[in-house]
Amino acid sequence: MAYRWKNDLTHADVTPKAAWLNRRQIMAGAAGLGAGFGAASIAGSASAQDALEPNPLEDITSYNNFYEFGTGKEDPMRYADQMEISPWSITVDGLCDNPGEYSLGELTEGLTTEERIYRFRCVEAWSMVVPWNGIELGDVLAKLGPKPEAKFVAFETTVQPENMPGVRRNVIPFPYVEGLRMDEAMHPLAMLATGLYGEPMPKQNGAPIRLVVPWKYGFKSIKSIVRISFVEEQPPATWNIINPNEYGFYSNVNPLHSHPRWSQESERVIGGGLFSSRQPTLMFNGYSEVAPLYEDMDLDVYF
Amino acid sequence: MAVTDTINSTLRKVPAWAIYVAGFLYAAWYFYLGLTGGLGVEPINTLERKYGLTAIQLIIAGLAVTPLRRWANINLMKFRRAIGVTAFFFVLAHFCVWALLDVQTLARVWADILKRPYITIGMGAFLLLIPLAATSNNLSVRKLGPKWRQLHKLVYPAAILAAIHFIWLVKGFPWEPFIYAGIIAVLLALRLVPKKRRQPAPRRATT
Ligand code: HEM
Repeated sequence: MAYRWKNDLTHADVTPKAAWLNRRQIMAGAAGLGAGFGAASIAGSASAQDALEPNPLEDITSYNNFYEFGTGKEDPMRYADQMEISPWSITVDGLCDNPGEYSLGELTEGLTTEERIYRFRCVEAWSMVVPWNGIELGDVLAKLGPKPEAKFVAFETTVQPENMPGVRRNVIPFPYVEGLRMDEAMHPLAMLATGLYGEPMPKQNGAPIRLVVPWKYGFKSIKSIVRISFVEEQPPATWNIINPNEYGFYSNVNPLHSHPRWSQESERVIGGGLFSSRQPTLMFNGYSEVAPLYEDMDLDVYF
Repeated sequence: MAVTDTINSTLRKVPAWAIYVAGFLYAAWYFYLGLTGGLGVEPINTLERKYGLTAIQLIIAGLAVTPLRRWANINLMKFRRAIGVTAFFFVLAHFCVWALLDVQTLARVWADILKRPYITIGMGAFLLLIPLAATSNNLSVRKLGPKWRQLHKLVYPAAILAAIHFIWLVKGFPWEPFIYAGIIAVLLALRLVPKKRRQPAPRRATT
């Protein structure tokens, strides 16, 4: 069911199109240099729903992790246009009533595409605000008819060695895989996005269809999906396989559980320039409505 | 030998201070790019990494001076101090970007140095280089005498720590930090090659 979750703000309210096409506030806070050290420079006032202004398109499309194209943040922007996205076919398999090969159109047919402005928090302690267009994941899954035994849903990214330099260099194991527990997947906040800023999804952001789970670290939001599987056991997740100490299966945004190599207490919002200050990171990235999903879990164990 | 002679005589005409000037301008140029949007939408991390990468490259350049003279007949001796001091300058800039622009508060700087092993190791490398930078002047060379050479061997552990720091901080398995570590390992291993050219012939077993 679409529109179960409502934006407090839409980008029409806050950003005229001309403005998001341009770089915003390149030099915001140049005066911050002196004040930065020692003083508590965390912007304390930024509460969850305050002024959720989307990042300009340039931020969203030029600073990406999409290791299929390389480990550099600008590699996806540079190389993703080589990715083949039409035709696009998604294999649905496992414990469901309607397995098979779906075209993008078939998968999304009859479902409502809506815009949602979400915070996006990377496990590397940076964040953006992205105006996604997409469909509630639960709506798509319901259409595929999960069987009661299906406890998890697994996703897989396309692998195109000839078009993907990072795949050729094997920088991590491919295909990239991710998964959600079924109740997480059915939560109205989870969505399958097919565009941003009202345009089709840029390739570096995971065209033509990707997951968006705003209360989890960015790497859970798997890009360029070619397989959806309904399974009984917890499915493998790429970063969790690579380094289970650093990346848990759940990977909910959690300022209290630090990554072994860096703190997760604060984050830097992309686009603020050389002197931008850090912001406190919010539990579940500010989406406290998902808390009931984890009510009886120790989030330090299931991080 | 003609090629190395040309190289050496050309290099003789370049003053050592050119390294300081070039290093400073290079660092300043990247800072300027960071200010003006030339380093992309997340300039802090990009600048931090740029300075760190230049630092490790200069450390490698400094370590290459002696082997180059010994095996390739290229004499960069007169630049060695300038390379070393400029390397330290980049480490310092790297540290400052990290502490002032990235982490931003003293409490978190401390917490990270104590809690994050790759930061601790980077800090170790940094601390080892401080006495070297402080004694990179003629007065210290004269005053310390033979101790000066001993002291400046600290650059070996510093380089090893820097290589570990680099390997430890990446995600996934990119090849770059391993290449740097490999180069440092080779440059250090070369110092173990005995000075005397003639080695005793390997003895044959006669049983
Ligand atoms: C001899 C001393 C040091 C050397 C040679 C060095 C070198 C490097 C190199 C090569 C990188 C990676 C650059 C890249 O990815 O291209 C790096 C990254 C980094 N270094 Fe250092 N470093 C040193 C000391 C330090 C110190 C003292 C600190 C902090 C206390 C530090 C903090 C960092 C951080 C935070 C990163 C970036 C991590 C990230 O991007 O997430 N380093 N350093």
